[in-house]
Amino acid sequence: MTSLKMPSLRVMAFATVAVLGAAFAMVFFYAPNDADQGFIQKIFYVHVPIAICALIGFVVAAFHSIRHLRTGDPIHDVRSYVSIHMGVIFGTAALLTGSIWARAAWGKWWVWEEPTLVSFLIVYLLYATYYPLRYSIEDRERQARYASVFAITAGAFVPLNFMAVRLAESLVHPRVFATADGGLPPEMLLTFFVSLAGMALLFVTLMRFELSAKMTSAQVSRLRRALDSEAPAASASRIAPAVPAEQRI
Amino acid sequence: MPALPIDEAGKYVAGAYVVFLVLVLIYVAIMAAKLERMRRDLTELADIAESRKQEVSGG
Repeated sequence: MTSLKMPSLRVMAFATVAVLGAAFAMVFFYAPNDADQGFIQKIFYVHVPIAICALIGFVVAAFHSIRHLRTGDPIHDVRSYVSIHMGVIFGTAALLTGSIWARAAWGKWWVWEEPTLVSFLIVYLLYATYYPLRYSIEDRERQARYASVFAITAGAFVPLNFMAVRLAESLVHPRVFATADGGLPPEMLLTFFVSLAGMALLFVTLMRFELSAKMTSAQVSRLRRALDSEAPAASASRIAPAVPAEQRI
Repeated sequence: MPALPIDEAGKYVAGAYVVFLVLVLIYVAIMAAKLERMRRDLTELADIAESRKQEVSGG
């Protein structure tokens, strides 16, 4: 049986820079200005792909958590953790860029009456509670299990939330896709998809970067424990760390 | 609201892209600090392993 081999981190990093660079060039030199919003609509090409990647990251975390609960393999827990971590970072970027766009387009930094904004904030705050929940549990196995249950429950909430927002009546936030009266012109659509590909690559690259760092950190801790167990009693305290590095995985 | 003139809209557009870039840079800086800490840990462990080896070979 052949298995799919992921490209190396270096290849992915170069691909991310190339695709994101091309996307930003297309945003400013290829995509036309929006007839309604004008130049300010350029924020769309960074804000929407970031928000989509954040939400997909949360769903991916739920997928890995299901695998963790089924197999008990800690690697799936680590992948779930990293997916949520990246999702929260991208979520922060989506909220900030969205807020800047709102200020320019609507004259306000935030509109509480708008279901799209508020529901995204709820999802974001829900995932922000993941960290205190996870690190309030000391036992590593229970910590991983509870975090997985949280990730599955919250991950199921993401598509439900998305559907609820689509069904809700929008006040000011535009519904760009799947509208009856058309959507984006081809140049804008192509630029959007290149931006989305760039952001998705950035998400996956950073995720692999963080996973790689976590694995290395765990190996360092393993090595430290191995040396610690061999050490004479006098030197043991010098080797043992105050807090094991892998405790945060 | 009518579309903002390009000189005023440009500030917001630049702001949004800069915010994105700054967040990525902050993340990379944090990861670099973590990697640096790991490098120091590994150096320390390598020193310990080396000194053990010398102790064993020295009798």
